[in-house]
Amino acid sequence: MPKKVLIKGNEAIGEAIIRAGCRHYFGYPITPQNELTNYMSKYMPEAGGVFIQAESEIAAINMVYGAAGAGARAITSSSSPGISLKQEGISYIAGAEVPAVVVNVMRCGPGLGGIMPGQSDYFQAVKGGGHGDYRNIVLAPNNGQELYELTVKAFDLADKYRVLVMVMADGALGQMMENVEFKDKETPYKIDKPWATTGSGMKRKKNYITSVYINPDELEAVNIRLQAKYKEIEKEEVLFEETDCEGADIIICAYGLAARITRNVMKLAAEESIKVGLLRPITLWPFPKDAVGSLADKTDVIMSVELSAGQMVEDVRLAVNGKKPVHFYGRTGGNLPTQKEILNEIKRVLEKEVK
Amino acid sequence: MNYEIIIAGFGGQGILSAGRIISVSAILEGKNTTWFPSYGPEMRGGTANCHVIVSDGEIGSPIINNPDVLICMTKPAIDKFESYVKNTGFILADMSLVGEDKIKSSKKQIFSIDAAKKAGEMGHKAYAMLIMIGKLIKETKIFKPETVEKALYEVLKPELHRLIPDDMAALAMGMEM
Repeated sequence: MPKKVLIKGNEAIGEAIIRAGCRHYFGYPITPQNELTNYMSKYMPEAGGVFIQAESEIAAINMVYGAAGAGARAITSSSSPGISLKQEGISYIAGAEVPAVVVNVMRCGPGLGGIMPGQSDYFQAVKGGGHGDYRNIVLAPNNGQELYELTVKAFDLADKYRVLVMVMADGALGQMMENVEFKDKETPYKIDKPWATTGSGMKRKKNYITSVYINPDELEAVNIRLQAKYKEIEKEEVLFEETDCEGADIIICAYGLAARITRNVMKLAAEESIKVGLLRPITLWPFPKDAVGSLADKTDVIMSVELSAGQMVEDVRLAVNGKKPVHFYGRTGGNLPTQKEILNEIKRVLEKEVK
Repeated sequence: MNYEIIIAGFGGQGILSAGRIISVSAILEGKNTTWFPSYGPEMRGGTANCHVIVSDGEIGSPIINNPDVLICMTKPAIDKFESYVKNTGFILADMSLVGEDKIKSSKKQIFSIDAAKKAGEMGHKAYAMLIMIGKLIKETKIFKPETVEKALYEVLKPELHRLIPDDMAALAMGMEM
Protein backbone atom coordinates (compact mmCIF):
# COMPACT_ATOMS: atom_id res chain seq x y z
CA MET A 1 0.00 0.00 0.00
CA PRO A 2 1.36 3.44 -0.83
CA LYS A 3 2.59 5.21 2.25
CA LYS A 4 1.10 8.40 3.64
CA VAL A 5 3.72 11.07 4.17
CA LEU A 6 3.63 14.42 5.91
CA ILE A 7 4.67 16.91 3.27
CA LYS A 8 4.34 20.62 2.54
CA GLY A 9 1.85 21.57 -0.15
CA ASN A 10 4.59 23.14 -2.26
CA GLU A 11 6.60 19.93 -2.03
CA ALA A 12 3.58 17.78 -2.91
CA ILE A 13 3.39 19.78 -6.15
CA GLY A 14 7.11 19.13 -6.66
CA GLU A 15 6.68 15.38 -6.18
CA ALA A 16 3.76 15.41 -8.63
CA ILE A 17 5.91 17.14 -11.25
CA ILE A 18 8.54 14.41 -11.02
CA ARG A 19 6.03 11.55 -10.94
CA ALA A 20 4.11 12.99 -13.91
CA GLY A 21 7.25 12.43 -15.94
CA CYS A 22 8.08 16.12 -16.31
CA ARG A 23 11.84 16.65 -16.51
CA HIS A 24 11.97 20.37 -17.25
CA TYR A 25 11.42 22.91 -14.49
CA PHE A 26 12.22 26.59 -14.88
CA GLY A 27 11.70 28.88 -11.91
CA TYR A 28 12.52 32.08 -10.16
CA PRO A 29 12.22 32.46 -6.38
CA ILE A 30 9.27 34.17 -4.73
CA THR A 31 7.47 33.61 -1.42
CA PRO A 32 5.26 31.66 -0.67
CA GLN A 33 6.21 29.05 -3.30
CA ASN A 34 9.95 28.80 -2.63
CA GLU A 35 9.79 25.28 -1.21
CA LEU A 36 8.68 24.13 -4.68
CA THR A 37 11.65 25.73 -6.44
CA ASN A 38 13.87 24.34 -3.70
CA TYR A 39 12.41 20.85 -4.07
CA MET A 40 12.93 20.97 -7.82
CA SER A 41 16.54 22.10 -7.44
CA LYS A 42 17.24 18.95 -5.43
CA TYR A 43 15.05 16.28 -6.99
CA MET A 44 14.89 17.28 -10.66
CA PRO A 45 18.61 16.67 -11.25
CA GLU A 46 18.30 13.43 -9.24
CA ALA A 47 15.56 12.33 -11.63
CA GLY A 48 17.80 13.14 -14.57
CA GLY A 49 15.86 16.27 -15.40
CA VAL A 50 16.64 19.93 -15.94
CA PHE A 51 16.34 22.53 -13.18
CA ILE A 52 17.07 26.09 -14.13
CA GLN A 53 16.77 29.09 -11.87
CA ALA A 54 16.18 31.60 -14.64
CA GLU A 55 17.27 35.23 -14.55
CA SER A 56 13.64 36.33 -14.26
CA GLU A 57 10.07 35.10 -14.35
CA ILE A 58 9.81 36.19 -17.97
CA ALA A 59 12.83 34.11 -18.91
CA ALA A 60 11.41 31.11 -17.05
CA ILE A 61 8.06 31.12 -18.89
CA ASN A 62 9.84 31.46 -22.22
CA MET A 63 12.07 28.50 -21.35
CA VAL A 64 8.84 26.57 -20.73
CA TYR A 65 7.60 27.71 -24.15
CA GLY A 66 10.79 26.45 -25.77
CA ALA A 67 10.99 23.10 -23.96
CA ALA A 68 7.30 22.38 -24.44
CA GLY A 69 7.60 23.36 -28.10
CA ALA A 70 10.24 20.64 -28.41
CA GLY A 71 7.67 18.18 -27.08
CA ALA A 72 8.84 17.96 -23.46
CA ARG A 73 6.62 18.21 -20.41
CA ALA A 74 7.64 21.56 -18.92
CA ILE A 75 6.55 23.68 -15.98
CA THR A 76 7.20 26.92 -14.18
CA SER A 77 5.92 28.11 -10.83
CA SER A 78 5.61 31.44 -9.13
CA SER A 79 3.35 33.54 -6.95
CA SER A 80 1.04 36.38 -7.91
CA PRO A 81 3.42 39.25 -8.91
CA GLY A 82 5.63 36.72 -10.70
CA ILE A 83 2.63 35.28 -12.53
CA SER A 84 1.79 38.79 -13.77
CA LEU A 85 5.25 38.96 -15.33
CA LYS A 86 4.65 35.66 -17.11
CA GLN A 87 1.45 36.75 -18.83
CA GLU A 88 3.03 37.63 -22.17
CA GLY A 89 4.58 34.16 -22.37
CA ILE A 90 1.31 32.54 -21.31
CA SER A 91 -0.52 34.28 -24.16
CA TYR A 92 2.18 33.18 -26.64
CA ILE A 93 1.96 29.59 -25.41
CA ALA A 94 -1.82 29.68 -25.84
CA GLY A 95 -1.48 31.15 -29.33
CA ALA A 96 1.12 28.61 -30.36
CA GLU A 97 -0.93 25.74 -28.85
CA VAL A 98 1.95 24.40 -26.83
CA PRO A 99 1.05 22.21 -23.83
CA ALA A 100 2.51 23.64 -20.62
CA VAL A 101 1.81 23.86 -16.89
CA VAL A 102 2.11 26.92 -14.65
CA VAL A 103 1.68 26.86 -10.86
CA ASN A 104 0.48 29.97 -9.03
CA VAL A 105 0.77 29.80 -5.24
CA MET A 106 -1.25 32.95 -4.73
CA ARG A 107 -0.38 35.72 -2.32
CA CYS A 108 -2.33 38.91 -1.79
CA GLY A 109 -2.22 41.93 -4.07
CA PRO A 110 -2.40 44.25 -5.86
CA GLY A 111 1.15 45.29 -6.69
CA LEU A 112 3.90 43.59 -4.76
CA GLY A 113 1.19 43.20 -2.11
CA GLY A 114 2.04 40.86 0.73
CA ILE A 115 3.20 37.30 1.17
CA MET A 116 0.14 36.00 3.00
CA PRO A 117 -2.47 33.82 1.25
CA GLY A 118 -4.91 35.34 -1.22
CA GLN A 119 -7.31 34.38 -4.01
CA SER A 120 -7.26 37.68 -5.82
CA ASP A 121 -5.76 36.30 -9.05
CA TYR A 122 -9.02 34.65 -10.10
CA PHE A 123 -9.80 37.24 -12.78
CA GLN A 124 -6.26 37.05 -14.12
CA ALA A 125 -6.32 33.27 -14.31
CA VAL A 126 -9.77 32.66 -15.79
CA LYS A 127 -10.54 35.83 -17.74
CA GLY A 128 -7.34 36.21 -19.69
CA GLY A 129 -4.39 37.76 -17.90
CA GLY A 130 -2.51 38.09 -21.14
CA HIS A 131 -3.81 39.53 -24.40
CA GLY A 132 -5.95 37.81 -26.99
CA ASP A 133 -8.88 35.41 -27.09
CA TYR A 134 -7.51 32.48 -25.18
CA ARG A 135 -8.31 30.30 -22.18
CA ASN A 136 -6.22 28.36 -19.72
CA ILE A 137 -7.59 25.37 -17.87
CA VAL A 138 -7.40 26.44 -14.22
CA LEU A 139 -7.34 23.79 -11.47
CA ALA A 140 -7.98 24.74 -7.84
CA PRO A 141 -6.83 22.10 -5.34
CA ASN A 142 -7.91 22.43 -1.70
CA ASN A 143 -5.61 20.02 0.13
CA GLY A 144 -2.24 18.33 -0.11
CA GLN A 145 -3.64 15.26 -1.86
CA GLU A 146 -5.26 17.40 -4.54
CA LEU A 147 -2.17 19.56 -4.95
CA TYR A 148 -0.46 16.33 -5.89
CA GLU A 149 -3.19 14.74 -8.00
CA LEU A 150 -4.28 17.86 -9.85
CA THR A 151 -0.69 18.75 -10.74
CA VAL A 152 -0.32 15.31 -12.35
CA LYS A 153 -3.66 15.85 -14.08
CA ALA A 154 -2.54 19.29 -15.28
CA PHE A 155 0.16 17.69 -17.45
CA ASP A 156 -2.30 15.18 -18.88
CA LEU A 157 -4.84 17.88 -19.74
CA ALA A 158 -2.16 20.10 -21.26
CA ASP A 159 -1.01 17.28 -23.53
CA LYS A 160 -4.54 16.18 -24.38
CA TYR A 161 -5.67 19.61 -25.58
CA ARG A 162 -2.37 21.40 -26.30
CA VAL A 163 -3.29 24.16 -23.87
CA LEU A 164 -1.70 25.79 -20.86
CA VAL A 165 -3.00 24.48 -17.56
CA MET A 166 -2.65 26.55 -14.42
CA VAL A 167 -2.65 25.05 -10.93
CA MET A 168 -3.97 27.70 -8.53
CA ALA A 169 -3.02 27.18 -4.91
CA ASP A 170 -2.50 29.82 -2.23
CA GLY A 171 0.11 30.63 0.37
CA ALA A 172 -1.58 28.62 3.10
CA LEU A 173 -1.99 25.47 0.99
CA GLY A 174 1.60 25.82 -0.18
CA GLN A 175 3.06 26.31 3.28
CA MET A 176 1.01 23.82 5.25
CA MET A 177 1.91 20.17 5.74
CA GLU A 178 -0.67 17.45 5.40
CA ASN A 179 -0.79 13.69 4.98
CA VAL A 180 -0.48 12.90 1.28
CA GLU A 181 -0.53 9.50 -0.38
CA PHE A 182 1.61 9.14 -3.48
CA LYS A 183 0.91 6.46 -6.02
CA ASP A 184 3.77 4.06 -6.62
CA LYS A 185 3.80 5.02 -10.25
CA GLU A 186 1.93 7.57 -12.31
CA THR A 187 1.13 6.59 -15.86
CA PRO A 188 1.23 9.78 -17.89
CA TYR A 189 -1.30 10.32 -20.63
CA LYS A 190 0.54 9.14 -23.73
CA ILE A 191 0.18 11.20 -26.83
CA ASP A 192 2.22 11.58 -29.97
CA LYS A 193 3.45 15.08 -30.57
CA PRO A 194 4.03 15.13 -34.35
CA TRP A 195 3.85 18.94 -34.24
CA ALA A 196 6.86 19.26 -31.88
CA THR A 197 10.09 20.81 -33.09
CA THR A 198 12.25 17.80 -32.44
CA GLY A 199 14.38 18.01 -35.57
CA SER A 200 13.12 16.76 -38.92
CA GLY A 201 16.32 14.90 -39.79
CA MET A 202 15.44 16.05 -43.33
CA LYS A 203 12.97 13.15 -43.36
CA ARG A 204 9.76 15.08 -42.91
CA LYS A 205 8.37 18.55 -43.45
CA LYS A 206 9.77 21.02 -40.93
CA ASN A 207 7.59 21.81 -37.95
CA TYR A 208 7.07 25.44 -37.15
CA ILE A 209 5.77 26.81 -33.84
CA THR A 210 4.53 30.35 -33.81
CA SER A 211 1.81 32.68 -32.60
CA VAL A 212 2.37 35.25 -35.37
CA TYR A 213 -0.10 35.27 -38.24
CA ILE A 214 0.01 38.45 -40.32
CA ASN A 215 -2.73 37.25 -42.66
CA PRO A 216 -6.11 37.98 -40.99
CA ASP A 217 -7.82 34.92 -42.47
CA GLU A 218 -5.07 32.66 -41.20
CA LEU A 219 -5.24 34.18 -37.73
CA GLU A 220 -9.01 33.99 -37.67
CA ALA A 221 -8.79 30.29 -38.60
CA VAL A 222 -6.47 29.79 -35.60
CA ASN A 223 -8.95 31.60 -33.36
CA ILE A 224 -11.87 29.52 -34.63
CA ARG A 225 -9.89 26.36 -33.95
CA LEU A 226 -8.99 27.57 -30.44
CA GLN A 227 -12.60 28.43 -29.63
CA ALA A 228 -13.78 25.02 -30.81
CA LYS A 229 -11.20 23.41 -28.56
CA TYR A 230 -12.30 25.56 -25.58
CA LYS A 231 -15.92 24.53 -26.20
CA GLU A 232 -14.90 20.88 -26.06
CA ILE A 233 -12.99 21.47 -22.81
CA GLU A 234 -16.03 23.23 -21.33
CA LYS A 235 -18.08 20.16 -22.23
CA GLU A 236 -15.63 17.49 -21.07
CA GLU A 237 -13.45 18.72 -18.25
CA VAL A 238 -15.61 20.47 -15.64
CA LEU A 239 -14.82 19.36 -12.09
CA PHE A 240 -16.58 20.34 -8.88
CA GLU A 241 -17.61 18.94 -5.51
CA GLU A 242 -21.06 19.38 -4.02
CA THR A 243 -21.70 18.84 -0.31
CA ASP A 244 -25.09 18.98 1.46
CA CYS A 245 -26.67 21.32 -1.10
CA GLU A 246 -30.08 19.64 -1.35
CA GLY A 247 -32.54 21.63 0.79
CA ALA A 248 -29.84 23.87 2.26
CA ASP A 249 -30.82 27.19 3.84
CA ILE A 250 -27.89 28.75 2.01
CA ILE A 251 -25.25 27.41 -0.37
CA ILE A 252 -21.70 28.72 -0.29
CA CYS A 253 -19.56 28.69 -3.42
CA ALA A 254 -15.90 28.59 -2.47
CA TYR A 255 -12.68 27.04 -3.75
CA GLY A 256 -9.28 26.22 -2.30
CA LEU A 257 -8.61 27.43 1.22
CA ALA A 258 -11.92 29.34 1.38
CA ALA A 259 -13.75 26.04 0.80
CA ARG A 260 -11.88 24.44 3.69
CA ILE A 261 -12.80 27.27 6.02
CA THR A 262 -16.40 26.91 4.81
CA ARG A 263 -16.40 23.22 5.81
CA ASN A 264 -15.81 24.30 9.41
CA VAL A 265 -18.54 26.92 9.09
CA MET A 266 -20.97 24.20 7.96
CA LYS A 267 -20.43 22.34 11.25
CA LEU A 268 -20.66 25.52 13.30
CA ALA A 269 -23.89 26.50 11.54
CA ALA A 270 -25.40 23.03 12.04
CA GLU A 271 -25.08 23.58 15.80
CA GLU A 272 -27.48 26.50 15.34
CA SER A 273 -29.75 24.50 13.02
CA ILE A 274 -28.69 26.41 9.91
CA LYS A 275 -28.13 24.08 6.96
CA VAL A 276 -25.23 25.29 4.85
CA GLY A 277 -24.32 23.61 1.55
CA LEU A 278 -21.03 23.89 -0.30
CA LEU A 279 -20.37 23.95 -4.02
CA ARG A 280 -16.63 23.81 -4.57
CA PRO A 281 -15.41 24.44 -8.11
CA ILE A 282 -12.30 22.34 -8.76
CA THR A 283 -11.92 23.68 -12.29
CA LEU A 284 -12.19 27.48 -12.14
CA TRP A 285 -12.08 27.39 -15.92
CA PRO A 286 -14.06 25.67 -17.26
CA PHE A 287 -16.34 27.04 -14.53
CA PRO A 288 -19.01 24.56 -13.34
CA LYS A 289 -21.76 26.86 -14.54
CA ASP A 290 -24.47 24.21 -14.93
CA ALA A 291 -23.88 22.92 -11.41
CA VAL A 292 -23.83 26.44 -9.96
CA GLY A 293 -26.87 27.42 -12.03
CA SER A 294 -28.85 24.48 -10.67
CA LEU A 295 -28.18 25.60 -7.09
CA ALA A 296 -31.07 28.00 -7.58
CA ASP A 297 -33.39 24.95 -7.51
CA LYS A 298 -31.89 23.70 -4.26
CA THR A 299 -31.80 26.75 -2.04
CA ASP A 300 -33.04 30.32 -1.72
CA VAL A 301 -29.75 32.09 -1.08
CA ILE A 302 -26.28 31.66 -2.56
CA MET A 303 -23.07 33.24 -1.31
CA SER A 304 -19.55 33.27 -2.67
CA VAL A 305 -16.77 33.23 -0.06
CA GLU A 306 -13.33 34.18 -1.29
CA LEU A 307 -10.00 35.56 -0.12
CA SER A 308 -10.59 38.49 -2.45
CA ALA A 309 -12.78 41.54 -2.84
CA GLY A 310 -15.22 39.52 -4.95
CA GLN A 311 -14.04 37.88 -8.18
CA MET A 312 -15.51 34.39 -8.61
CA VAL A 313 -18.83 35.82 -7.41
CA GLU A 314 -19.21 37.34 -10.90
CA ASP A 315 -19.20 33.88 -12.48
CA VAL A 316 -21.54 32.61 -9.79
CA ARG A 317 -23.98 35.44 -10.62
CA LEU A 318 -23.72 34.70 -14.35
CA ALA A 319 -24.49 31.04 -13.72
CA VAL A 320 -27.38 31.70 -11.32
CA ASN A 321 -28.64 34.30 -13.78
CA GLY A 322 -30.88 36.22 -11.40
CA LYS A 323 -32.92 33.20 -10.31
CA LYS A 324 -31.83 33.60 -6.68
CA PRO A 325 -29.93 36.32 -4.78
CA VAL A 326 -26.13 35.89 -4.82
CA HIS A 327 -24.15 37.46 -1.97
CA PHE A 328 -20.46 37.77 -1.32
CA TYR A 329 -18.15 37.65 1.66
CA GLY A 330 -14.39 37.95 1.53
CA ARG A 331 -11.30 39.29 3.24
CA THR A 332 -8.24 40.80 1.59
CA GLY A 333 -4.70 41.78 2.40
CA GLY A 334 -3.76 38.30 3.56
CA ASN A 335 -6.32 38.27 6.36
CA LEU A 336 -8.40 35.13 6.46
CA PRO A 337 -12.10 35.16 7.29
CA THR A 338 -12.77 33.43 10.60
CA GLN A 339 -15.50 30.81 10.86
CA LYS A 340 -17.55 33.07 13.15
CA GLU A 341 -17.28 35.99 10.72
CA ILE A 342 -18.65 33.88 7.89
CA LEU A 343 -21.39 32.46 10.08
CA ASN A 344 -22.42 35.97 11.17
CA GLU A 345 -22.57 37.01 7.52
CA ILE A 346 -24.69 33.95 6.71
CA LYS A 347 -27.14 34.90 9.48
CA ARG A 348 -27.26 38.52 8.31
CA VAL A 349 -27.95 37.48 4.72
CA LEU A 350 -30.58 34.90 5.70
CA GLU A 351 -32.39 37.47 7.82
CA LYS A 352 -32.45 39.85 4.89
CA GLU A 353 -33.46 37.36 2.19
CA VAL A 354 -35.72 34.86 3.97
CA LYS A 355 -38.88 36.52 5.21
CA MET B 1 -11.41 12.66 18.09
CA ASN B 2 -10.38 16.08 16.86
CA TYR B 3 -7.64 18.13 18.51
CA GLU B 4 -6.68 21.62 17.43
CA ILE B 5 -3.35 22.67 18.89
CA ILE B 6 -1.45 25.95 18.65
CA ILE B 7 2.22 25.89 19.62
CA ALA B 8 3.77 29.33 20.05
CA GLY B 9 7.08 30.83 21.09
CA PHE B 10 10.30 32.17 19.61
CA GLY B 11 12.27 30.91 16.62
CA GLY B 12 14.88 28.35 17.64
CA GLN B 13 12.82 26.75 20.43
CA GLY B 14 11.74 23.89 18.20
CA ILE B 15 8.16 25.16 17.88
CA LEU B 16 7.73 24.10 14.24
CA SER B 17 9.55 20.79 14.78
CA ALA B 18 7.33 19.98 17.76
CA GLY B 19 4.33 20.48 15.49
CA ARG B 20 5.82 18.13 12.93
CA ILE B 21 6.49 15.48 15.58
CA ILE B 22 2.82 15.66 16.60
CA SER B 23 1.64 15.51 12.97
CA VAL B 24 3.89 12.57 12.02
CA SER B 25 2.83 10.68 15.17
CA ALA B 26 -0.78 11.23 14.12
CA ILE B 27 -0.13 9.82 10.65
CA LEU B 28 1.65 6.81 12.14
CA GLU B 29 -1.52 6.05 14.08
CA GLY B 30 -3.64 6.35 10.94
CA LYS B 31 -5.11 9.77 11.70
CA ASN B 32 -5.46 12.82 9.51
CA THR B 33 -3.39 15.87 10.28
CA THR B 34 -2.52 19.37 9.15
CA TRP B 35 0.46 21.51 10.15
CA PHE B 36 0.39 25.19 9.32
CA PRO B 37 3.37 27.40 10.20
CA SER B 38 3.53 31.12 10.70
CA TYR B 39 5.41 32.25 7.62
CA GLY B 40 4.38 35.86 7.16
CA PRO B 41 5.28 39.09 8.90
CA GLU B 42 4.76 37.40 12.29
CA MET B 43 7.96 35.48 11.66
CA ARG B 44 10.03 38.61 11.23
CA GLY B 45 11.03 39.69 14.71
CA GLY B 46 11.55 36.19 15.95
CA THR B 47 8.16 34.82 16.99
CA ALA B 48 7.16 31.42 15.69
CA ASN B 49 3.96 29.47 15.90
CA CYS B 50 2.25 26.59 14.21
CA HIS B 51 -1.29 25.28 14.03
CA VAL B 52 -1.59 21.50 14.24
CA ILE B 53 -4.81 19.56 13.82
CA VAL B 54 -5.15 15.85 14.51
CA SER B 55 -8.44 14.21 13.60
CA ASP B 56 -10.13 10.91 12.86
CA GLY B 57 -12.22 12.69 10.25
CA GLU B 58 -11.67 15.03 7.33
CA ILE B 59 -9.96 18.28 8.34
CA GLY B 60 -11.46 21.56 7.16
CA SER B 61 -9.45 24.72 7.58
CA PRO B 62 -5.83 24.23 8.68
CA ILE B 63 -6.03 27.59 10.41
CA ILE B 64 -7.22 27.35 13.99
CA ASN B 65 -9.50 30.03 15.39
CA ASN B 66 -10.12 28.41 18.79
CA PRO B 67 -7.58 25.81 19.93
CA ASP B 68 -8.29 22.91 22.26
CA VAL B 69 -4.70 23.11 23.41
CA LEU B 70 -2.28 26.04 23.49
CA ILE B 71 1.38 25.28 24.14
CA CYS B 72 3.15 28.48 25.16
CA MET B 73 6.90 28.91 25.29
CA THR B 74 7.01 32.71 25.76
CA LYS B 75 5.00 35.45 27.43
CA PRO B 76 4.08 37.20 24.14
CA ALA B 77 2.72 33.87 22.92
CA ILE B 78 0.27 33.55 25.80
CA ASP B 79 -0.71 37.22 25.48
CA LYS B 80 -1.56 36.66 21.84
CA PHE B 81 -3.46 33.35 21.96
CA GLU B 82 -4.83 32.86 25.47
CA SER B 83 -8.23 34.43 24.90
CA TYR B 84 -8.91 32.16 21.90
CA VAL B 85 -8.53 28.88 23.79
CA LYS B 86 -11.81 26.95 24.00
CA ASN B 87 -13.51 26.87 27.39
CA THR B 88 -13.19 23.09 27.29
CA GLY B 89 -9.51 23.39 26.36
CA PHE B 90 -6.32 24.01 28.28
CA ILE B 91 -2.95 25.74 28.13
CA LEU B 92 0.48 24.22 28.68
CA ALA B 93 2.74 27.10 29.70
CA ASP B 94 6.46 26.98 30.33
CA MET B 95 6.90 28.03 33.95
CA SER B 96 10.09 30.04 33.60
CA LEU B 97 9.59 31.50 30.12
CA VAL B 98 5.93 32.51 30.48
CA GLY B 99 6.30 33.50 34.11
CA GLU B 100 4.39 32.34 37.18
CA ASP B 101 2.50 35.62 37.66
CA LYS B 102 1.09 35.39 34.19
CA ILE B 103 0.19 31.73 34.66
CA LYS B 104 -1.56 32.40 37.99
CA SER B 105 -3.63 35.24 36.51
CA SER B 106 -4.92 33.12 33.59
CA LYS B 107 -8.66 32.53 33.52
CA LYS B 108 -8.27 29.34 31.46
CA GLN B 109 -7.39 25.86 32.61
CA ILE B 110 -3.61 26.10 32.63
CA PHE B 111 -0.72 23.81 33.51
CA SER B 112 2.56 25.35 34.58
CA ILE B 113 5.29 23.12 33.17
CA ASP B 114 8.90 23.51 34.17
CA ALA B 115 10.07 22.41 30.75
CA ALA B 116 12.80 24.82 29.66
CA LYS B 117 14.69 24.63 32.94
CA LYS B 118 14.50 20.85 33.13
CA ALA B 119 15.61 20.63 29.50
CA GLY B 120 18.59 22.84 30.32
CA GLU B 121 19.53 20.48 33.13
CA MET B 122 19.35 17.60 30.63
CA GLY B 123 21.84 19.39 28.44
CA HIS B 124 19.77 20.86 25.60
CA LYS B 125 16.89 23.33 25.44
CA ALA B 126 15.29 21.32 22.59
CA TYR B 127 14.14 18.69 25.11
CA ALA B 128 11.64 21.25 26.42
CA MET B 129 9.28 20.58 23.52
CA LEU B 130 9.40 16.83 24.16
CA ILE B 131 8.48 17.48 27.81
CA MET B 132 5.52 19.52 26.55
CA ILE B 133 4.45 16.76 24.14
CA GLY B 134 4.68 14.30 27.06
CA LYS B 135 2.27 16.42 29.07
CA LEU B 136 0.02 16.77 26.02
CA ILE B 137 -0.14 12.97 25.71
CA LYS B 138 -0.91 12.61 29.41
CA GLU B 139 -3.80 15.07 29.29
CA THR B 140 -5.31 14.05 25.94
CA LYS B 141 -4.18 10.47 25.11
CA ILE B 142 -3.83 11.92 21.60
CA PHE B 143 -1.50 9.06 20.63
CA LYS B 144 0.71 6.44 22.25
CA PRO B 145 4.02 7.68 23.64
CA GLU B 146 5.92 4.96 21.76
CA THR B 147 4.57 6.35 18.48
CA VAL B 148 6.53 9.53 19.16
CA GLU B 149 9.76 7.53 19.04
CA LYS B 150 8.97 6.33 15.53
CA ALA B 151 8.01 9.88 14.56
CA LEU B 152 11.31 11.23 15.85
CA TYR B 153 13.19 8.92 13.48
CA GLU B 154 11.22 10.42 10.60
CA VAL B 155 11.37 14.07 11.65
CA LEU B 156 14.92 14.41 12.96
CA LYS B 157 17.97 14.48 10.73
CA PRO B 158 19.99 11.22 10.92
CA GLU B 159 22.82 12.94 12.82
CA LEU B 160 20.35 13.70 15.62
CA HIS B 161 19.02 10.15 15.95
CA ARG B 162 21.54 9.39 18.70
CA LEU B 163 19.65 11.89 20.88
CA ILE B 164 16.32 10.08 20.56
CA PRO B 165 16.74 8.08 23.82
CA ASP B 166 17.14 11.40 25.64
CA ASP B 167 14.17 12.82 23.75
CA MET B 168 12.10 9.88 24.97
CA ALA B 169 13.35 10.42 28.51
CA ALA B 170 12.17 14.03 28.25
CA LEU B 171 8.81 12.81 26.93
CA ALA B 172 8.49 10.44 29.90
CA MET B 173 9.35 13.30 32.24
CA GLY B 174 6.56 15.39 30.71
CA MET B 175 4.12 12.54 31.24
CA GLU B 176 4.93 12.58 34.94
CA MET B 177 4.29 16.31 35.32
